[in-house]
Amino acid sequence: MDELLKLLRANALESPKNLARMLNSTEEAVKAKIADYERSGVIRGYQAIVNTDQLDVDLVRAVIEIKVTPEREGGFNRLAERVSKFVEVESVWLMSGTYDLLAVVTGRNLKEVAFFVSEKLATIDGILSTATHFMLKTYKNNGVLMTEEQPDERLKVSP
Amino acid sequence: MNGSKSRPEPIEESRPVTGSKPARRFVAGYLNDIPRSGIRDFFDIVSARKDVISLGIGEPDFVTPWHIREASITALDRGATTYTSNRGLIELRRQIARYLWRAFNVAYDPETEILITVGVSEALDLAMRAILEPGDEVLYHEPCFVSYNPEIRFAHGVPVPVVTRRENGFRLTRAMLEEKVSPRTKALLLSFPTNPTGATLAREDIEGIAAFAKAHDILVITDEIYSELTYQGERVSIASVPGMKERTIFLHGFSKGWAMTGFRLGYACAPVELSEAMMKIHQYIMMCAPILSQKAAIEALKSDFDTNEMRASYEHRRNFICAGLNEAGIPCHVPNGAFYVFPYVGDYGLTSKDFALRLLDEENVACVPGSAFGASGEGFLRCSYSTDLEAIKEAVVRMGRFVARLRKG
Repeated sequence: MDELLKLLRANALESPKNLARMLNSTEEAVKAKIADYERSGVIRGYQAIVNTDQLDVDLVRAVIEIKVTPEREGGFNRLAERVSKFVEVESVWLMSGTYDLLAVVTGRNLKEVAFFVSEKLATIDGILSTATHFMLKTYKNNGVLMTEEQPDERLKVSP
Repeated sequence: MNGSKSRPEPIEESRPVTGSKPARRFVAGYLNDIPRSGIRDFFDIVSARKDVISLGIGEPDFVTPWHIREASITALDRGATTYTSNRGLIELRRQIARYLWRAFNVAYDPETEILITVGVSEALDLAMRAILEPGDEVLYHEPCFVSYNPEIRFAHGVPVPVVTRRENGFRLTRAMLEEKVSPRTKALLLSFPTNPTGATLAREDIEGIAAFAKAHDILVITDEIYSELTYQGERVSIASVPGMKERTIFLHGFSKGWAMTGFRLGYACAPVELSEAMMKIHQYIMMCAPILSQKAAIEALKSDFDTNEMRASYEHRRNFICAGLNEAGIPCHVPNGAFYVFPYVGDYGLTSKDFALRLLDEENVACVPGSAFGASGEGFLRCSYSTDLEAIKEAVVRMGRFVARLRKG
């Protein structure tokens, strides 16, 4: 992967000036490259990685294994896109193995997610079955540890 | 420690060994001539302060990669709590032999030419003790790691520094060595990439140095501890130059490239006669390196993924700090290795020690004065960028502010 993308994936808030320093480049060149990535759709957006466990909000998240009947034209794509369009659905992947689609779904409570699955997802033509697993606690998300990291115990000056 | 004083006390170049007089008469006389490390003095001063941004740390800021730690934990779980053979676990020596062939194109026999040690520090001590007769001279380039000079003297050798300069990127060339060689010169100690300058050597320089060693029948000891942190160009070890292996002791370890400083694991590779001589000392003084560290090292050598990832991260930070310091008007060459920059701060009428003390006092940024790395380090500051990028950003701002104030007078 391009070094600029690696740095942005690590910290999307880094300023173009600092990115240019790290990459031995110029601020203008970095800005132009980022604009290119945004235009071509390589970069789809910038989000904060939030540890929702620490917030006093009602939020439950579930992963749902979905088995579907592939269609003659387009395979899994049409159904996957249909599933993706629901605002309750955070992410969707096509999977190898014993099921076809994996969806991450959020809701305010267990009942809301259960309702979404039984009323909205399971009733779509072509969806054969679903299996819902609720997430209990986040330890690591997008490469970021959600638990307290150990403090820097190195000596302040060493040879 | 000076916690009660408001101003840090100045660093003494050679503080006498303290203690009651009667006990002092038992201490070997030659130790009194060897000063305490300037880094240790500075450490005492920095430790007494709060909220310091430290660019003074000479070790990786990564925790050892998890799979390596996990291998050590598994070994402990399975009861690996014993001695190993004096030379170290054969599986580790075989892995090292494969790694050295892959990375440096040098071939060492794991049965007879590789010795696992407690850090490169032990390996270097073994090498010095194995080769030096009292009065033998050892050439080494300066500025350099603080231990080289004392380690030569502990083995009753005579250290002969060869000064490298900023003007040519702290390179070492044959011509510079020819000026210092004498009939008593027994060995040449190389350490590239260099702590504190970050300098590396080009192949032509290494070939010139190899020709020098052959012409004067000198042994070369090469400390390759930072070699994984070489940013541009090929990694060349002098041991790989044809005809050099027979006159080279190759030292390496896991502290820097794999972020394993606390495991204290290194190794020495040398032709069998030299290896046996070092082994003789090692078996009596150390017996063997800790088994848990050896188990971790076996795992560490299984892939290059960790070292490559860490190198990329250091490289970004190196580029950042060099650009930042130069923009702030602190001239800083771009070093090709290790994780240090060595900016020049000699234009303000301050010694590097005073510069570092005032920087600490006024801006709470800790850097190590260049003079801690030999007299030729005077006028420079060692800044380690093996620390969090956010801390580096803030340090660069503060250093820029500090020199702007100095310029105004």
